[in-house]
Amino acid sequence: MRIVVPVKQVPATDAVTMDPETGTMVRSAAASVINPLDLYALEAALRLRDSSGDGDVVALTMGPPPAEAVLREAVSLGCDRGILLSDTRFGGADTWATSRVLAAAIERLKPIDLVITGERATDGDTAQVGPGIAAWLDIPLATYVAHVTGVDGAAATVTVERLVEDGYQIVRLSTPALLTVVKEIAPLRLPTLDGVMRARRAEFERWGAVDLAVPAEELGLKGSPTRVVNIATPQVTREGETIDAGDEAGVAQAAVRIADLLEDAGVVR
Amino acid sequence: MSFVWTIAEHHAGRLREVALEVLGRGRPLADALGTRLAAVVIGHGITEQDTGRLIAHGADEVYVVDDPRLADFRCESYSGVLAHLIRTWSPEIVLAAATTSGRTLMPHLAIRVHAGLTADCTELAIEPDTGNLLQTRPAIGGNIMATIKTPRHRPQMATVRPHASRPPQPDPDRSGRVIAVPMDTQLEACLDDRTQVLGYRTDAADFANLEDADVVVTGGRGLKRKENFALLEELASRLGGEIGATREAVDRGWIGYPHQVGLSGKTISPRVYIGAGASGSIQHLAGIKTSERIVSINLDPDAPLHRVADVAVVGDLFEVVPALIAELDRRRGAARSGD
Ligand SMILES: Cc1cc2nc3c(=O)[nH]c(=O)nc-3n(C[C@H](O)[C@H](O)[C@H](O)COP(=O)(O)OP(=O)(O)OC[C@H]3O[C@@H](n4cnc5c(N)ncnc54)[C@H](O)[C@@H]3O)c2cc1C
Ligand SMILES: Cc1cc2nc3c(=O)[nH]c(=O)nc-3n(C[C@H](O)[C@H](O)[C@H](O)COP(=O)(O)OP(=O)(O)OC[C@H]3O[C@@H](n4cnc5c(N)ncnc54)[C@H](O)[C@@H]3O)c2cc1C
Repeated sequence: MRIVVPVKQVPATDAVTMDPETGTMVRSAAASVINPLDLYALEAALRLRDSSGDGDVVALTMGPPPAEAVLREAVSLGCDRGILLSDTRFGGADTWATSRVLAAAIERLKPIDLVITGERATDGDTAQVGPGIAAWLDIPLATYVAHVTGVDGAAATVTVERLVEDGYQIVRLSTPALLTVVKEIAPLRLPTLDGVMRARRAEFERWGAVDLAVPAEELGLKGSPTRVVNIATPQVTREGETIDAGDEAGVAQAAVRIADLLEDAGVVR
Repeated sequence: MSFVWTIAEHHAGRLREVALEVLGRGRPLADALGTRLAAVVIGHGITEQDTGRLIAHGADEVYVVDDPRLADFRCESYSGVLAHLIRTWSPEIVLAAATTSGRTLMPHLAIRVHAGLTADCTELAIEPDTGNLLQTRPAIGGNIMATIKTPRHRPQMATVRPHASRPPQPDPDRSGRVIAVPMDTQLEACLDDRTQVLGYRTDAADFANLEDADVVVTGGRGLKRKENFALLEELASRLGGEIGATREAVDRGWIGYPHQVGLSGKTISPRVYIGAGASGSIQHLAGIKTSERIVSINLDPDAPLHRVADVAVVGDLFEVVPALIAELDRRRGAARSGD
């Protein structure tokens, strides 16, 4: 079984700078890590590979050359192969253009059984790239997957539970399919010593626009329908009231103030 | 013809309330553009009452696609049907709620119709000179607000954060037109059976619908023990609220993941968020910043959650929460005896 996992490099801190001209993120300015939610996608893929007894997990990342670091991390966890999708023409991509490139790369890795992405990236935070890839590849999609309850190789299906607002929706998809997963999917493993050694030696293929045969007008900023036109830092603090509940009178006052607020909001039963 | 479309979610034979809220977002845009507002409902068992409610809440037109095979949300089929409708009627703007379905359907559809899509918007406006849609959304864990525009592609698509605005007041006298879209061969061809819905598990132990709750009472590591969530449940039950949790509480096995709020959990916008023994880490705040009101109960005067709170109580949750429950009961008792 072949599972492809797209992973994104994101800033480690919340200190991110924006290019005021293009409104795109300047990634090199902040220390970068693998998108924390992509670790769950990797975990799900590795477990499925191991329980199927054969196959490989291929990690893909689109980004500038230093993004290779997330591929190394993926290999240290147990991925078999990593591919860096890097080209100056990929820069400034919105989710339309990002999913275009990732889908073109996955196309080259066929035959595949599953694509597993994180629920969303912690910086761009759109959760749009996974569904976008599924649309490009025209394969069934299940988002917010919390449990994979069955994989049937012979019938070429996968059964999953999606965590939705009012419960779990149970769906069966024919494979190849794309899953986006949430944290509930499985507890994370740590890199193994063996994995770290392998990662240190690993070399990664690098694919650019020419390898993917995507028309130039569909790449990067040029191929992106959306434009970030303004970035503002919101006022996060509220002009709140502070109550010191250090003594009995304070506790009583706090109870009254919160009860007032709740009544005011119309939520008291 | 309507140029502003809203997707009205219909599930298990019922219109979802969030459909009305999205209409409320669309109405001022349609007015600014001098065009009509539509609701598009896909599902099965869509009633006259449903379409009537959509009209009362601001729709000038309601497109109805009703078929048993569309009873459950299946992304490929819904996306196929909508792509067909968009190609037929060419709306300028398409809005949907940023629910689990909306955030699945819209990015899929945006690829099919080659449109730009802005995620989880909290503000929408029309740019006066160009008539373009200005879409504002929180990103990077709510630390920035980005305004996004789609200058050349149509439709301009956006998902809007649920519960970040109130649904409009219904006007029963409004009139509107219902367009029943027939399942012709072209729409038949949009149905995709590669995804089968086997069922739902809605009775899962330890489940919580935080997204739709008016009140979320959240506990963190300060609760100290799993059993102490019972105290928060007592409070929540008096408010018809649900229980939220920090990652610390979830990872300690005190409560299930469906309760987790924050960057690696759910994003919520309840009317009231109450945090007890939760410090308010940036990752937690990412999930609660658009709550209408925030109450924080924490021993530490410097807890970051206090800084974003409307009422910040510096104190012991094991004293403050019971006192609050007693106060609520006292007021209710007083109201009863006053009747
Ligand atoms: C402030 C800001 C706001 C933005 N808002 C929008 C918007 O509303 N609409 C829009 O179209 N674009 C938007 N963008 C652009 C968007 O962030 C980029 O296109 C980004 O490359 C992908 O989107 P994301 O970070 O939201 O990823 P998500 O869609 O949240 O990522 C989901 C998953 O896709 C995979 N993935 C995503 N990116 C990559 C990658 N580069 N390599 C490998 N795997 C990947 C990962 O598995 C990840 O978990 C915005 C950018 C900024 C800076
Ligand atoms: C990639 C990533 C993703 C993450 N995602 C999430 C997420 O989705 N959600 C999330 O919550 N966290 C998330 N975290 C974790 C986050 O960084 C914090 O560790 C977590 O939010 C802290 O939880 P807490 O507030 O329960 O614990 P603490 O930070 O330990 O706070 C406990 C608080 O309780 C107070 N307290 C103690 N006793 C009492 C008492 N008797 N009365 C009143 N107050 C008391 C203390 O003063 C303290 O402020 C994430 C972290 C990372 C790196």
